[in-house]
Amino acid sequence: MFEVFSFGSSGWGDEMLMGALMTVLVSASSLLLGILIGIIFATCKLSNIFILKIVANTYTTIIRGIPELLVIYLLFFGGSGAVMYIAKIFGYDGYIELNAFTIGTIAVGAISGAYSTEVIRGAVNSVHKGQFEAGKTLGLNGYGLYGRVIFPQVARIALPGIGNVWQITLKDTALISVTGLVEIMRQSRIAAGSTHEPFIFYTAAIILYLVITRLSNILFDKAENTYSKGFVSKGAL
Amino acid sequence: MRFELMYESFFKIIGGIPLTLQVVSISTVLGLALAIIVALMRISGKKSMSIPAYYFVYLIRGTPLLLQLYFVYYGLGQFSFIRESILWPILKEPYWCGIITLTISTGAYSSEIIRGGILSVSKNFIEASGALGLNKIKTFLLITLPITVRQALPAYGNELILMVKASSLISIITLMEITGIARTIISKTYAPVEIFLVAGSIYLIINFIIVLAVGLAERKLGTVKAN
Repeated sequence: MFEVFSFGSSGWGDEMLMGALMTVLVSASSLLLGILIGIIFATCKLSNIFILKIVANTYTTIIRGIPELLVIYLLFFGGSGAVMYIAKIFGYDGYIELNAFTIGTIAVGAISGAYSTEVIRGAVNSVHKGQFEAGKTLGLNGYGLYGRVIFPQVARIALPGIGNVWQITLKDTALISVTGLVEIMRQSRIAAGSTHEPFIFYTAAIILYLVITRLSNILFDKAENTYSKGFVSKGAL
Repeated sequence: MRFELMYESFFKIIGGIPLTLQVVSISTVLGLALAIIVALMRISGKKSMSIPAYYFVYLIRGTPLLLQLYFVYYGLGQFSFIRESILWPILKEPYWCGIITLTISTGAYSSEIIRGGILSVSKNFIEASGALGLNKIKTFLLITLPITVRQALPAYGNELILMVKASSLISIITLMEITGIARTIISKTYAPVEIFLVAGSIYLIINFIIVLAVGLAERKLGTVKAN
């Protein structure tokens, strides 16, 4: 039964592991893109400028109310067109095709960005007002205030939330298998199709996802502990 | 923007709404029953009950829904004993595989919501009901359950929206609901933006109605004072 998972050209073991690596890579790059988007839109939501608030609220409402699959189809079928349209404005008239990895990262990053926006907004809100005031009193502004005083606190508070976003992002990357990116999902479909053993390959895929989830849980717990040093834990109160 | 195409495809895509709503409502009702069982198992205090429930929730929450769908639709059909069993007429239909998968998925996620709701019921209520001479079953049905429903409602509203979104995945196993029809039109007309706007608005309207309905129910049920 397990010979189908042997390494080399006779089995699917190495292909499945490469698929797992691809899942981790595309999830990580989507999460990073999502955090970047999250920082931008959380800033918009927290700003006093009405139009920015509307733009950010529209973005999060749309992403959270529309199936992920539709967003992926939009970028899969329309992504290259949009990039070529923008390139045309800058005078480039050739054909541009985005690869599946880029499209996947942008699509899942856009989805994960909506969740990160809320996490980061909540974290900024939970930093005590006194911290801003104290920073200003010390004569800090701009990077000094936000980069040196507020951001480290936001990062610590946002970490558990970002951990949740990571789990969601990891699972959402399974959907980009429909665009042809060979990650766990796609690879197990290919293997199941060619060996006529769907049951074991989908079981293997389940195990791979659970292992990745478990390992990343451990990493996030470690990071939480590291960044909470010097703070009283909730359980101790 | 091709507005005429958007107008035409709107009438094609709304043809998928009944299937989406049907699959969502059947699996929500079945999933709720499953969720109550799993939640009761988890808080039962008996290891033989709580450990399987814990791992069931862990398994479902740790894997993508698409994988679960493939597992049920393609994976189970591999075995001849399943193909010969009385369940096969159900398991060979993408429609029922979709419903089974969504039921299991929402069952796992909702069980956590219900568990949280039950645990949030103050001990004082349970003690008061004991003092009034109500037995365990009556206490659960008359005291714990109504409060749990009220406490779990906001989170359950989110779960309903997630279900509507998740139902789009059944288009991958050939079911022509909203997303399935939208995808077909996109690959025929190559107008992803227009079709996305049409299909996306339909989903937003459905979800908006759910938000309104849950909000109304929350106000109707009032608030529970903890002590």
